[in-house]
Amino acid sequence: MQTLFLVMALFLLLNLGAGMWRVLRGPTAADRMLAAQLFGTTAVATLLLLAQAYGKAALRDVALVFALLAAVTAVAFVRRAWPHQEADRDAG
Amino acid sequence: MTPGDYLAVALLIVGGVFFLAGTAGLLRFPDVYTRLHALTKADNVGLGLVVAGLALQAESWAVAGKLLLIWLLVLLAGASVAHLVAQAARQRGIKLWKR
Repeated sequence: MQTLFLVMALFLLLNLGAGMWRVLRGPTAADRMLAAQLFGTTAVATLLLLAQAYGKAALRDVALVFALLAAVTAVAFVRRAWPHQEADRDAG
Repeated sequence: MTPGDYLAVALLIVGGVFFLAGTAGLLRFPDVYTRLHALTKADNVGLGLVVAGLALQAESWAVAGKLLLIWLLVLLAGASVAHLVAQAARQRGIKLWKR
């Protein structure tokens, strides 16, 4: 069972690596932010799997913090960090 | 392995498939709105299935409940974020994808 947990965690990490492509590529800031959201959800799943695999309950609290931070990050991005003039870059 | 273990393995693997679908959608879909759709739906279902699989293996009810709460928090956050980002994208004039 532990092997499956670790294999799943590795698979989710590979998913994260694939998501990096969208961060590099863009084209809008929102696309990069979406990749950050993907990282949030996937990191929560990875941490929960690792918590179970190694029997470390503290990692579940880390996952909880990640879930909270992902939401706060996105709200801060939309309200504060996204400039209003990039409609010309949305093709592709 | 007990039947519960087999069920947990199945749930974890199906959850992984949903995560893969979410990532594929993020990489392949043509605009912000469709990517948002793929990401916030598929990934949250994937997380839910992984959480269900882990809850079957959890050592106590308290741990299972905590896993469920984490999932509910992510669901709530995902839904709010999807609407916020989509609304902000509309306000900034990002056009909907047309074939």
